[in-house]
Amino acid sequence: MTIIVKPEKPWASSPKQRAISAGIIVLALMSTYLVVLLTPMKGKLAYGLVFFLLFILFDFIYHTRLYGFRSGKDAIARGVVASGIVFATLPIFSILITVFIRGRRGLYWGLFSNDMKANSVNDPLNQGGLVHALTGTFILVTIALIISLPIGILTALYLTEIRGRFSGPIKFLVQAMSGVPSIVAGLFILAAIVYPITKSYSGFMGSLALTILMIPTIARTSEEVLLLIPGELREAGLALGGTQWRTVAMVVVPAAKSGLVTAVILGIARVAGETAPIILLTGGGDRVNPNPFNGPMGSLPFYIWKSFSVGTEESVTRAWAGIFVLLMIVLVLFVSARFLSERGKS
Amino acid sequence: MTSPEKRELTTVPRFSDKVFRGIVTGGGLSSLIILGLIFAFLAYQGYSVLRSQGVHFITGSAWQIVQDSAGNIDYAQTKFGIAAMLIGTMLCALIAVFIAVPISVLSALFLTFYAPPFVKRIMVAVVDLMAAFPSILFGLWGFFILMPSVEYWAKLIHKYFGFIPIFKLEAPVVTRSPFVAGVVLAVMIIPIVTSVSREIFSQTPLDRIQAAYALGATRWSMIRAVVFPYGKSGVVGGAMLGLGRAMGETVAVYTVLNIVYKVNWHVLLGAGGNVASMILLKFGEAGPEEIKALMAAGLVLFLLTLLVNSLADFIVNKSGSKGR
Repeated sequence: MTIIVKPEKPWASSPKQRAISAGIIVLALMSTYLVVLLTPMKGKLAYGLVFFLLFILFDFIYHTRLYGFRSGKDAIARGVVASGIVFATLPIFSILITVFIRGRRGLYWGLFSNDMKANSVNDPLNQGGLVHALTGTFILVTIALIISLPIGILTALYLTEIRGRFSGPIKFLVQAMSGVPSIVAGLFILAAIVYPITKSYSGFMGSLALTILMIPTIARTSEEVLLLIPGELREAGLALGGTQWRTVAMVVVPAAKSGLVTAVILGIARVAGETAPIILLTGGGDRVNPNPFNGPMGSLPFYIWKSFSVGTEESVTRAWAGIFVLLMIVLVLFVSARFLSERGKS
Repeated sequence: MTSPEKRELTTVPRFSDKVFRGIVTGGGLSSLIILGLIFAFLAYQGYSVLRSQGVHFITGSAWQIVQDSAGNIDYAQTKFGIAAMLIGTMLCALIAVFIAVPISVLSALFLTFYAPPFVKRIMVAVVDLMAAFPSILFGLWGFFILMPSVEYWAKLIHKYFGFIPIFKLEAPVVTRSPFVAGVVLAVMIIPIVTSVSREIFSQTPLDRIQAAYALGATRWSMIRAVVFPYGKSGVVGGAMLGLGRAMGETVAVYTVLNIVYKVNWHVLLGAGGNVASMILLKFGEAGPEEIKALMAAGLVLFLLTLLVNSLADFIVNKSGSKGR
């Protein structure tokens, strides 16, 4: 007869303990209802607060009676710590729900086939569309990406491959650059190029401002990715007689490919919804303007901004619909970045 | 039989490598160049205003352009001072930090030491997603959803804590106050403070955590004895990083704050300001001279955020490498 030893997990909670924890929650819920009913407190705030306090109190009493005061204190701490994550993630769920509910009303398929050249934001919601905004944002982001991708990756390569004497300062400066407020980036392009040279709105100026905001994101993410490439790969490349340039171009960068794509996606997500520099630099037309060097160019954030500022019911619904589309873009970008980086790890 | 020519062994980089290293170094120095250019151009454009206003530009809180009858600007009377907006910036950002830091530290603790692995994975993704949301989204959400609740909280705070000077209300106007802006900013900086704190907490040396447990510590006493002393300065750095973000925020603040050009210390009163949103507000109808003043204001904002960020970076890096 063979004896199969079943591994025990003495730290795992038993069904009885789990039942008791659930019981404490139920008890707290019921007494919360009673307390709110019997006292003049009212509203969601009261329910939340009373439930939180009562739950912690019951948990504390239970653990203190069972294991002593120190365990009771631990239970209080656990409740308070868990409340932190609730507060931190409550807004995001609220935001997602709000955008879905409010944005849905302004959605229709014509959004993706019409622009606003014949309509004002106050027209009924089944007229006009986002084409000018979507093409504008696409052009702005593409140009910004074309400029900032090489710069960002070169910065990351400098930090990981060359490791020259400026590594420390450059790391510091990239970090500092990621904190530059977007309005300052806008003002800089205004001061450096628009006022002295072009003197008018254009999509390209907006792209340049977005570039400033995009470079640090790409540089930092790429640096993290390149640091994960094992040094053996580099040594193997050099040992085969490759120069450093060939090793980086043929071995290191291809190995980091999916991570670098992640960096690009995060960079796009960072700037796609950037509003302040767009307001200063590109203006916003109501028709599709495919030329980034001439004339104002519509963009999604500007469309949202303008519709929101008008403030009538139709225009605000339009703003929510615009946000819905923007949020979808950001969500798709974010999920694909996650997917790529998870796959890269395994 | 001829032997092959002897290979030359050298450590001198080849020409292609020299070019490569040159290009990469140039790319690496771009951040220095861009930051330098930002400073140079904003200073160049704002120089005349900074020169004529002197230190008054930072200490004064009047913003008036006086023109004589011919329409020329009277430089003696024209005043540009951004003190009111600087105070507003600090006020909103500090409210945000005071609200965001406890929440972020608690959630970082939860994610590092309490959460089961699958909860942790989901929650980390959710918090990171929030960091990727555009600021105009927070602005609209704050305006339509958060503001009514926050106004109610503001009334409660005024009712029960009104005796504290900064919670005083001279007029019963609580709509679009710095407090509302602070709450929206807090929501916006929670992700970054959380992820910095989480990173620091997860670097706590495992042997010390296990030593604490071996001595009979509960989870909370382990956190108090080991994690907090180790992660303290990192959390301070994360908070400062959040402060820097909150100070530079434009659109979200513009949406929820009633921008009034005066010094206001009362956080619940519906009047305030912020340098970034003031620039956006005044930019639309600004004449050439005022644009220069806005450039100078941008320069001050740039230097301020740069200072706060650098300090934060310094503190975070120091705490990471300490490893006592």
